[in-house]
Amino acid sequence: MNTDRTKQFIGFLVIPSFVLLAAVVFYPFLYNVALAFGNMNLNKIRDWQFIGFRQFIKIFTEPSQPDFYAVFGKTIIWTVVNVAFHVILGVFLALLLNQKIKGKAIYRTLLILPWAIPQYIVALTWRGMFNYEYGSINLILTKFLGMPAVEWLRSPTEAFIACIITNVWLGFPFMMVVALGALQSIPHELYEAAEIDGASWWHKLRTITLPLIRPVMIPAITLGIVWTFNNLNIVWLVSNGGEPSDRTHILVSFVYKAAFNFYSFSYAAALSLVIFLLLLTFSMVFMKQSKATEGAY
Amino acid sequence: MATQTKRMRFFQLAATHLVLAFFALVAIFPIWQVFNISLRPGDQLLSTSLELVPRNATFENYIRLFTERDFLVWLRNSAAVTVSVTITGVIFASLTGYGFSRFRFVGKKAGLLSLLTTQMFPGTMLLLPMYIMLINLGLIDSYLGIVIVYSATALPFCIWTMKGYYDTIPTSLEEAARIDGCSHFTAFMKVILPLAAPALVITALFSFMSAWSEYIVAAQILQDTDLWTLPIGLKSFEASMSTEWGLYGAASIVVMIPVVGLFLGLSRWLVSGLTLGSVKG
Repeated sequence: MNTDRTKQFIGFLVIPSFVLLAAVVFYPFLYNVALAFGNMNLNKIRDWQFIGFRQFIKIFTEPSQPDFYAVFGKTIIWTVVNVAFHVILGVFLALLLNQKIKGKAIYRTLLILPWAIPQYIVALTWRGMFNYEYGSINLILTKFLGMPAVEWLRSPTEAFIACIITNVWLGFPFMMVVALGALQSIPHELYEAAEIDGASWWHKLRTITLPLIRPVMIPAITLGIVWTFNNLNIVWLVSNGGEPSDRTHILVSFVYKAAFNFYSFSYAAALSLVIFLLLLTFSMVFMKQSKATEGAY
Repeated sequence: MATQTKRMRFFQLAATHLVLAFFALVAIFPIWQVFNISLRPGDQLLSTSLELVPRNATFENYIRLFTERDFLVWLRNSAAVTVSVTITGVIFASLTGYGFSRFRFVGKKAGLLSLLTTQMFPGTMLLLPMYIMLINLGLIDSYLGIVIVYSATALPFCIWTMKGYYDTIPTSLEEAARIDGCSHFTAFMKVILPLAAPALVITALFSFMSAWSEYIVAAQILQDTDLWTLPIGLKSFEASMSTEWGLYGAASIVVMIPVVGLFLGLSRWLVSGLTLGSVKG
């Protein structure tokens, strides 16, 4: 049981944050839910009405420009490809860095850099680098690799790939740092024992390293998936708001456009809610699944 | 036999360095690009050469940035917003994280879960209602609005980070201080907080970065050019029909310096402070 003094102290610690969060996170969240069931747009900011599930029906059944299901599919591709690259590159580089080699500190510093750069600068810079005529990507392709120049920003598939390349570049350092922390906590004796038994490099990786970094990587991957799914900056700024002709959107950029370019507030609110519920369900299932399989090792 | 394993070891080492060097190069390439563009004289902005330093390199863009543009205004605005957000974030997260780590109380589990849930909000989910609320309150174009939005978006993650770190500090430490007659608060301030320095550093860093680097929210809420923060200002170089690459490059370099400096200076704390055990719950 807490004494009165302790209760006061707990209140002092916890209440201010929750008052702030209530005002700017929980209240807007509820407001968003309310909006999702209404018909607000720029002309009806004050006198909007509840119209039930109509916005949701519109999202799932009415054709939209761009098509909801196409955007949804693209979001899945975007998330899976990005996170896969982040994790594979991150763990791979962490394994390389986790040896006794010269210049380790320098390599680590340079490899963390993409994480340190503000995302909007990353996006705008890569957009410049993808320029057809003067961008360095095409210059490298044509001058050093003898390949034809690519129309990065003017065709939908290439523009989407450009967004993915940018996001892979900026995202691997986070996974690398997390993996590095996990690798450092693996006791050396395990590897020594395995070596005495004559275990190969691959065998050690599969039976010691990967299972032991798993408990740290799973929450990081969950966060990574949620962050990537919701990453508005890169798609919006690299493709300049979904160019060409709204063919490069992922769900969040689609919502952003609906809200702030078309002012369909209620439609956007309903779509935000759909995204949130998707992610919530996913995270719960994913975390539970990975906890259930943890005992297998 | 011995020479063979030695040779194997040598090739392995060489391959490791080769791969690491390649990725390090990929990591710095875009930054070098920006730096290169920032040094180009006006007539070479659209150059197709890939020289390490451009011919006739000049600081002209930097000078123009500070003298001809509102860069100093944006810098001042961004600094004010960022400092406010960082201070608020550190105070609130260090207190609340401690409460969650050390005490049992009604609604604790729900509170922690709701914090985790906010991480799944798409940005638009808070931005849109906030935007409409601010329109209705007439608070579009105010710093108060943006500081509150930034603090609140960074706060849940920071509280979790702090809580996770406090969890690793043994409770016997404050118990000893309490037996010596310290109040809860003194024990927290004098004993625990100094030990939680790595997590405090991470919290400060993340709050700083989230405010210093944010474009999407700022673009909607700050429309008056006098209130612009750096991200909107930099985007404006790019937005017009002909991108002012030279100014953009120079501005990017100036904006990057504090955040990259901070990040690299603090990077040794990253591994210890970012105990992702915290996310495990």
